[in-house]
Amino acid sequence: MSRLILNRRRLLGLGAASGASLILSGCDQFDFLGQRNDPVRDFLERANSLTYAAQRALVGQQAMAREFSESEIRQGQRPNGSTDPRQNVELYRDLIAGNWQAYRLRITGLVETPKEYSLTELANMPSRTQITRHDCVEGWSCIAKWTGVPLSRLLDEAKVKPAAKFVVYHCYDMMGGGLSAPEPYYTSSDLIDAFHPQTIAAYGLNNTPLPVENGAPIRIRIERALGYKQPKYVHTIELTDSLTPYGLGQGGYWEDHGYDWYGGI
Amino acid sequence: MASITDSGEAGERPARPRGPLIYRQAILTRITHWVWVIALFFLLLSGLQIWNAHPALYIGQESGFAYDNAVLRIGAENTDAGPRGFTTIFGQKFDTTGVLGMSELRGRTNFVGFPGWATIPSFRDLATGRVVHFFFAWVLVGTLAVWLVASLLNGHLWRDVILKPRDLRDLPRDIWDHIRFRFHHGRTYNPLQKLAYFGVFFVLFPLIILTGLTMSPTMNAGWPWLVDLFGGRQTARTIHFVVMVLLVLFFVAHVAMVVLAGPINELRSMITGYYRTSPGTKPDAPTKGKAE
Repeated sequence: MSRLILNRRRLLGLGAASGASLILSGCDQFDFLGQRNDPVRDFLERANSLTYAAQRALVGQQAMAREFSESEIRQGQRPNGSTDPRQNVELYRDLIAGNWQAYRLRITGLVETPKEYSLTELANMPSRTQITRHDCVEGWSCIAKWTGVPLSRLLDEAKVKPAAKFVVYHCYDMMGGGLSAPEPYYTSSDLIDAFHPQTIAAYGLNNTPLPVENGAPIRIRIERALGYKQPKYVHTIELTDSLTPYGLGQGGYWEDHGYDWYGGI
Repeated sequence: MASITDSGEAGERPARPRGPLIYRQAILTRITHWVWVIALFFLLLSGLQIWNAHPALYIGQESGFAYDNAVLRIGAENTDAGPRGFTTIFGQKFDTTGVLGMSELRGRTNFVGFPGWATIPSFRDLATGRVVHFFFAWVLVGTLAVWLVASLLNGHLWRDVILKPRDLRDLPRDIWDHIRFRFHHGRTYNPLQKLAYFGVFFVLFPLIILTGLTMSPTMNAGWPWLVDLFGGRQTARTIHFVVMVLLVLFFVAHVAMVVLAGPINELRSMITGYYRTSPGTKPDAPTKGKAE
């Protein structure tokens, strides 16, 4: 019996030691997964395509994001990411100085008739107001009221060509800097999300004009996706059949930096 | 097969009375078990990486920034004694410098929720944490489906996981036996084992999968009942975290029981399928033993 106990003790010790060494030395052994072009990472990333396909199959194209009541707005919309392009984008600074008179929202690319809208024109179009929950990829959520023009209306006016597969949203704000050169923010969606009834070109937040920190003058709301799919400071909406020509080709600024393109979970 | 193991063991501990060696774990039970070991390891460490992007838990639909609905918060603050790591649970604040909120990795001080040795990657990289997490989430769900079908067909589910009235009757005695470290190695699992595995397969795994899906804005649109079931997206995130802690506790108890109940025999049963039972256990029927 004493031999048995000794065995168990030794095994316990062995188990603890190997477990500890796995944890202490093991975890940075997986740091290579952080390299964007690592083949193992490429393989793991295929699960994101599976998630996209599964969510598109399980969830109806018209299924609506939950809308909340006025009483559930308990705080302002938390700003995150770029919050003030005035600091490094001269063009944006000028637009604000001119009270957005020179601002145009452009619909370009694979459309029959490219369009341009001033803020006044957008404000005079039929609008949609929705109180929805904004979910940041970091994990937090915030409920706010958004007002804007349904994007489907703008796309219908421009007449999307059948070849178009994606919608790219180009923004004024510059990301990065520091070691890397600044890159303009952009992201993209499929046509299902672009034409979804809750997808709006928002110019109002909680009954006020959209503030600079939340994306003035126009922020696209794609309510069934995470926050990085809600581009702020949008100036151009481009229809395309391929995402390769833009940025690093992954369909968005954060997507170029390793985040999944669909952003539905 | 049986005779080889018999002689090997006989030399090691000659005095112990032993029952027959039986075929206990089917091949799919063993394969899914080891796939889960790998998947849960990566899910845990990538999950802590994701959590570090916003190291706080809330109750409700949203995260309170202008008001307080947090139940757990990890962070760092400047104090008179320099920066310290803090963990706040239900308003109770604890200094957790060195582990939570502020920790060292390769000689550098990091202000992160969970320390670098507990995350994949060890440095802050939410994007990679998500890639790893969602890949192994699919692995977990896929192998669970395989296990469920296989366990229905080979009887594992009914024999070893589902608690019968008899198990409930025997539960107090089984608890007393466990307290005294007296383990009975039978053909089927004992009541406490059944309870533990039933809890993992039919409470913890479904909860952690469903709360994970509840954090998806797309799934919220498709299955709005998910959000109602858990009382809001942020509550679901909190439950996801709590179930993670429970699974870690299960893992600790599971490994401790393997070690205490005879690690070689237990590990063998999960590798080859063969298990040394206590005296008095009915041996395998001869045809079955050969066929396996």
